[in-house]
Parts: sequence; structure tokens; C-alpha cells
Amino acid sequence: MNAIVTNNDMTATAPVTEREVLLKVDNVSLSFGGVKAITDISLDIQKGEIRAIIGPNGAGKTSMLNVINGFYHPQEGTITWRGEVRRKMKPYEAATQGIARTFQNVALFKGMTTLDNIMSGRSLKMNKNFFWQMLWRGPAEQEEIEHRRKVEDIIDFLEIQAIRKTPVGRLPYGLQKRVELGRALAMEPELLLLDEPMAGMNLEEKEDMSRFILDVNQEFGTTIALIEHDMGVVMDLSDRVVVLDYGKKIADGPPEEVQASQAVIDAYLGVSH
Amino acid sequence: MLYDIFIDPFVQMYQMPDFFLQVLWEGFVAGILYALIALGFVLIFKASGVFNFAQGIMVVFAGLTLVGLYENGVPAFVALALTIVVMGILAYGIERVVMRPLVNQPDIILLMATIGLTYFLIGFGEFIFGGEPKRMIAEELWLPTGSTAIEMGERGLIILQHIDIAAAVIAIIMVTALGIFFNKTRIGRALRAVADDHQAALSVGISLNQIWAIVWFAAGLVALATGIMWGARSDVSFALEIVAFKALPVLILGGFTSIPGAIIGGLIIGFGEKIGELYWGGLVGGGIESWLAYIIALIFLLFRPQGLFGEKIIERV
Repeated sequence: MNAIVTNNDMTATAPVTEREVLLKVDNVSLSFGGVKAITDISLDIQKGEIRAIIGPNGAGKTSMLNVINGFYHPQEGTITWRGEVRRKMKPYEAATQGIARTFQNVALFKGMTTLDNIMSGRSLKMNKNFFWQMLWRGPAEQEEIEHRRKVEDIIDFLEIQAIRKTPVGRLPYGLQKRVELGRALAMEPELLLLDEPMAGMNLEEKEDMSRFILDVNQEFGTTIALIEHDMGVVMDLSDRVVVLDYGKKIADGPPEEVQASQAVIDAYLGVSH
Repeated sequence: MLYDIFIDPFVQMYQMPDFFLQVLWEGFVAGILYALIALGFVLIFKASGVFNFAQGIMVVFAGLTLVGLYENGVPAFVALALTIVVMGILAYGIERVVMRPLVNQPDIILLMATIGLTYFLIGFGEFIFGGEPKRMIAEELWLPTGSTAIEMGERGLIILQHIDIAAAVIAIIMVTALGIFFNKTRIGRALRAVADDHQAALSVGISLNQIWAIVWFAAGLVALATGIMWGARSDVSFALEIVAFKALPVLILGGFTSIPGAIIGGLIIGFGEKIGELYWGGLVGGGIESWLAYIIALIFLLFRPQGLFGEKIIERV
């Protein structure tokens, strides 16, 4: 589980065109009052790929993630998840269907330990019937032990054994991000949404995080959609990149192609609109 | 003067140990009852970060429902079961109508909502049950009455009211059960998760609606137990709502998020009040019982604002 994969191995991944579409966003528009956050964006996420969403600040990247995750409901457009058009869904329903996420500003349960935080990611996997838990501890206790084992595996995988019992509020930022990833992994998601997983990290931490993301993708076969500002990381990690600017899609394709696109260069260097 | 403050009370305690023990017992019982009320507040606070203003009125409402049903010819234990059902419906209703539309709103808005709820329940309760105080059906629920006197050799005797003993036992059982439930089970973890961060809880698939309904129901049960116990000692009336706010200093002492804190805080306030009133109250003309708790809480705030067992406040800059 702890195999170390270096970033340079990326060329070995399967050709992207062959893959099944996991999530499809069609002509989605989202506005808050008069502010248009997303305008008519379509994109797809294929099974098993690492999909990056990039763009300057305020481009609508996080809004896009929130739409996929069910926090926002777009006024127009449809979202198709595993071939089915999704109705208005709540975030916890998205979680039930196998979509996990991390947040831009780390949304951990600060008073709880690393272990409890990651355990909370297993909420959905555990017995729905809470009456058992109130009345008799037998089955509930056994279940707890079984899930605890899975969580320990994740802790080993992320190399955070040393902070298992530490309340996460006391951890440095980089480790908090890692715990948050752990919590999302505990959900055994089909699609993992990462909102700036490397923001505020130093080089070493970024390398670790990149390695974890690649491992998750390759070993568990988890599909990943990530937002990231570090271009080096994005180009190394992702199979396909979509670029947003002012709520519109301006490019979509493999990293090299996107990098060469004039629209993208303009967006990043700032050309008058 | 100094003699009266620093020496005389302790001399009295030594010379009349029976009286002192009696005071301690009274303090203990009052403390346990405060702890019960505080527990109701802690449950809601843990799950939503909100000070539930309506906890006091829920105590009254539960008590009135129980007595009201009994007065209308429902047998006592059936009335008890029905009251539990009513508290369940109330919890579901609160979650559905008040809490659900307010997900992700600032805490202060939720607080305002609970104040609104308080006034609704006052009006609704008076509409259904009328405003007069009612007698709690303690005997009908097989709660013990009468008292036991324990002799202390030649030094006198201590009188223990049976209802107080029952109150203590029930409170201890409830507190233990809730403590285990919220600390050791998945629901408990989900509850703490919800309290910490609504969005993150939603993203890992915790249903806020379910958790809030459970918590309000648990708070409703605690309110019912409190209503029965307080009601048995006085009457069931809307005045009980004010008593419920005695829980505030208890919470400040114990910490808003800690179940053991609620108990210890309750006991400190209970003991402090009774001992203060009987040994030092005379110096200022008596009647300090009603405000001493708040003074203790204020002093406490200066030194440990998060309470004895509250979560440490870590400010990252």
C-alpha cells in the first residue's frame, strides 16, 4: 500500500479516450442574484482519470465543485452521474452516491482527533440502524472495530500514525490537509473532488501530496477531479485539464494542449476583456 | 466583621455537623437538578453550536403535556409514553420547520430562532393547558414520597426526601446513558461532527436533518425528566422556565460542550448556593441564593472562559 510512485511515471497511464464517462455536466449556469458564477459550462469526467480544473481567482472553479457535490443547485443545465440525470440533490446524497470532497479552507472537525475525523468519513458505510446503538452495544461495537481497521489502513497509507490521537485543530496546516484527504478516502468514493489540495504547502509537502493523489488514483482506481493553482503540479498529475475564466470554459484537453492555448495564456497574463 | 466572614461559618459547620450535612445534601440535590437542565442545553449546543433558549419552556411543555393528559383520564404510564411521543413529534417539527431552513446560517440566527420557538411554545402551551400551575403526578408514576431521617448519634439527624433521592438516581442514570451514547457511538461522532462544521459533515454523508431530530428528541427527553423532577418538588407551571435559566451559570462553569462538565458545574452551583445562603447569607440580609450562582459564574469567566471541561479555545493567527 505504501508503494512510492514518482511523478515522472505519468506517461504510463492508459489512453484517455477509451474511458467510460462517470460524470457529465451539460450547459450548466449558476448565478447568485445578479452575479453569474458559472455560464453555460459543459465538461465530463471519465472513470479513472485525474481531471484538473484550473483558472484565475474567481473563475468559478469552486462553484463548479459545489455544483457537482450538491452544495449549489444550478439554475440551468443538467448533471449526469453514471448515466443518470441527477435531480436536485443534497450534499449528503451526493456522498451516498460515492462523491467525496475536500475543501479549499480545510473543513475538518477541529475538536475531534485525527482518528475520529477519519472515522466520521465512514458514517455511510456503517449500520444505518441507530436503534441498535442505543439499545445494545454488541453488533454496533463489532462494526466499529471492523471500520476502525479500514481507517488504520488509511492512516498508514497517509503516513500520519503519529498524530492519530491529536485533535486536528492543533495540527499544522499541511497535516490538516492530509487528514482531510484521509477522511474523504475513508468514504471509499468513486469520485474524489479536491479543492486546492496543495494550497499553502511547502515543496516537500506538495511532493508528498502529489504522491498520495497519484497512489489513490492508481492503486484504488479512484477518479479524481482537482482544483489547483500550482501549474507544475497540475501538468504533472492530470490526464485532462479544463480551464475556466470569468465563469466560462476557455479550454479543455490534455495538459500540453491546454498549456499551448492562446486563450489560456491570455487569461493568466491578463488581457483586457 | 472579618470574624463573621472567615471564622464564624466554619465554627458553625464544626459545631453542628448534622445541619451542615443537611445543607450539603440539599445542595447536592439542587445541583443534580441543575445538571439535568444543563444537560438539555449541552445536547443542543454540541450538535448545532446554539444556545437553545427554548430548553426551559420545553421542560414546562413536557411537564404540562404529561399532567394534562393524566387530567383528561389517560392512565399515568400511558400518559408518560404519549408525552415521549409528543416530544418526538415536537423534535421532528422543530427540525423540519425551524432548523432545516437555517442550515449554514450564523449561530446568532439559530439563537434567534430558538427565542422565537420559546414564545411560540409559551403561547401554544397556555392555549392548550391554560396558565394555572398544575400538580405533578409523582405518586401515580411510582415516584417515592415521604422522607427518611438518618440519626447521627447524639448530634441530631438528617432528613432525606425520597423524591430527592429518586431525582438523584434518575439524573445519574440519564447522564451516564447519554454520555456513553454520545461519546462511544457513530451517532455521537456524527453529532460532534455536525457541531464542528455543517458543510464538512454534509460532505461525508451525515444527514443534518436526522442528527438534529435525534438531538432535539434527546433534549426533549431530558426536558421531560427535568419537568417531572422539578414539578414534583414544586408545581408544573410556566415559572419553571425561569428556573431553567439557572442552567446558564452551570454551563459557564462546566463548559457548553461537556456532559461531565454539566454535572460538575451543577454540583458546584448547587453546593455553593446552599452553603452560601445558609452560612454567609445572613451577613447581607439573606436571599443571596438567587444571584450567587451568577457571581460564581462571572468570577469563573475571568479565569477560564471555556469552562472546566469545555473545548480549549485555540486561536490561530
